[in-house]
Amino acid sequence: MKTLYGLKGKRGLWLLAAVVLIAIFIYIVEESGLSAVSLLEGGLLALTPLALTAVGECINEKSGVVNIGLEGILLIASVTGVYGAELFENGFFGLLIGALTGAFIGFVFGIISVHGRADQIVAGMGINIFALGFIQYLLMAIWAFPGVHLFERRLMVRPIYTPIGQLSTVTLFAIIAAGLAHIFLYKTVLGFRIRAAGESPAAVDVAGVRVDRVRILTSTLGGALCGLGGAFMPLAWFGVVVKEISAGRGFIALACVVFAGLEPLLALAAAFIFGFAEGFAHAVAVTPGVKEVIPFYFVLMIPYITTLVVVTIAIGKKRFPSASGKPYVRE
Amino acid sequence: MKAEDDCEKSVSLMKRFEVPGPIRPIIQSGVAVLLGLLLGALLMIIFGYDPIIAYYWLFKGAFGSVSDIMETLAFATPLMLTAVTFAIGVKAGLFNIGAEGQIYLGALGAAAAGGAITLPAGLHVAAATAFAMFLGALWAVPAALLKIWRGVHEVISSIMFNWIAFHFVIYLAIYYLAEPGRAERTVPALPGARYPVLTGGSSLTAVIFVGIAFCIGIYIYLWGTKAGYELRLVGTNPDAANYAGVSSRRVMLLSFVIGGLAAGLAGASQIIGRPPAWSLYATLGNVITLGFDGIGVALIGRNHPIGGILAAIFYGGLQHGSRLMEYNAGVYSELVRAINGLIVVALATPEIITIIRRRFKR
Repeated sequence: MKTLYGLKGKRGLWLLAAVVLIAIFIYIVEESGLSAVSLLEGGLLALTPLALTAVGECINEKSGVVNIGLEGILLIASVTGVYGAELFENGFFGLLIGALTGAFIGFVFGIISVHGRADQIVAGMGINIFALGFIQYLLMAIWAFPGVHLFERRLMVRPIYTPIGQLSTVTLFAIIAAGLAHIFLYKTVLGFRIRAAGESPAAVDVAGVRVDRVRILTSTLGGALCGLGGAFMPLAWFGVVVKEISAGRGFIALACVVFAGLEPLLALAAAFIFGFAEGFAHAVAVTPGVKEVIPFYFVLMIPYITTLVVVTIAIGKKRFPSASGKPYVRE
Repeated sequence: MKAEDDCEKSVSLMKRFEVPGPIRPIIQSGVAVLLGLLLGALLMIIFGYDPIIAYYWLFKGAFGSVSDIMETLAFATPLMLTAVTFAIGVKAGLFNIGAEGQIYLGALGAAAAGGAITLPAGLHVAAATAFAMFLGALWAVPAALLKIWRGVHEVISSIMFNWIAFHFVIYLAIYYLAEPGRAERTVPALPGARYPVLTGGSSLTAVIFVGIAFCIGIYIYLWGTKAGYELRLVGTNPDAANYAGVSSRRVMLLSFVIGGLAAGLAGASQIIGRPPAWSLYATLGNVITLGFDGIGVALIGRNHPIGGILAAIFYGGLQHGSRLMEYNAGVYSELVRAINGLIVVALATPEIITIIRRRFKR
């Protein structure tokens, strides 16, 4: 039970160092004329899809299913989410449709990994390639316009206004979901079964638990969270769907999962770091004085460079479930 | 995402595809392709299109006439090369999906060397091609080094490098290489830096021979040389390779570099080997997603360079035919890419054939 509390050891130190660095950073930013509040708001917005996706994938990988098709789920759910919002004239229904879309793709992925004994890495990549084409086909088939769809502003999910700035309800949900996922994995019977299904599926099977059902369940749940993150992007953040809306976030979320060693709370922390980097990029892009000096295209690279740097520094000997990515075959 | 074990696992699973004898893999690819097309038809029906009409125009557009077949081959050229990028990764036990970024760099290199400098005609083509391949390989190195030194999984690093390349190449194309008065694209390659067009009716150029020669070269390298044997040994049995004194680090680096060369050449083929633009669009429109398409092509071609050529002709045909399908049946051409993804999912699931067979027996 070495992973009972996610924050043990060196990783906790890294986290502390990161928080201190960010605090210093915010101070410098404030001094240089950028607004720290808008930076925080931007960071929290950017954190949301990453956190939802990463937390879902943490649960998923705990049970032994590895889904690298998250990028594709984000893409497809963003379109179906907007379509749902327009259909029901309500942004919240859009989020729900997005989550359902994700759950469906996750369910199918679970079926083909468990019953089809698929090579999960290849199948996940297949979902990504499928999504690249399918999102453009969907945009064209639904709205007859290539590559982009601008929907009515009133369909956006309204944020909560707090004293320190705006906060989306989905962001709040994402943060709570990370905490709940931790409790779920470590304090409930089902959570124990999920972890056991990833560590030694044969033993779980002997104990009378259906490994296939556990894995399909986690895959569906992970897909649903990812789908919610996908629908969040147009409906509570950008206000528009474009064909490259996810911009690598599915893979940045995978980086969060790797960084976190499958701990939902650490995944949230990682999502905060990456989300903050992206919020920073957005803030820099519009700051007078900076935007003339640094070309916009370099600002856009910040999230990816941050991801590479963090993953390179923080990666180490992480223990992953021993049956991770392996199909389980009953004897 | 277990750093190294995962790849080994995915490769050991992939080995199940590679049963001896050429018949079974061909059947598996065929079944997967059929399944992809069937699911694609389902997607058409859902949105109210007629799949029979659409597929008629798709295949007529792809292989209906000699000039269409030529055009299909022009589409196939970059695909067979990005397929090599992925396939040689798999052969070395890696999941290298960085072809996308490397093809951007290759295209940039070809556009820069082909448009910005002047050289004697024959030499210019060779120099532009070589520079494109060099940049493609250079862009592949960091992901390999991160993998070797820090164990960063190549799926994550190659995607990050893809996006960095995307913004970086657009920046260079707009700020330094834009054609005066036409900011939407780079300076066209000089006539001396262009591969000769083979026929008047299509955009097929002599670059296809370079592409096919490269694929055959990779085939000979993998199955005819000691270094190629070592590369495959690391991919299939890392422990045995280690025991035999093969440096898995060198093999990884080599696999990434060869993949980068292939993707760089693919990028060059779209710039100095593809009329009418002979230049890189600032949106990267003429190279974008070719790297990801190559993954599907490699898998359909069973991660074999020669199989990749055949699969590239098939998928290039779909890409070319999809334009006629869009025009005549109203089905948006990007559906073809979705079908490619579905084929990949089907290929990843070896039990599909077993399941289908069981259903038929009942």
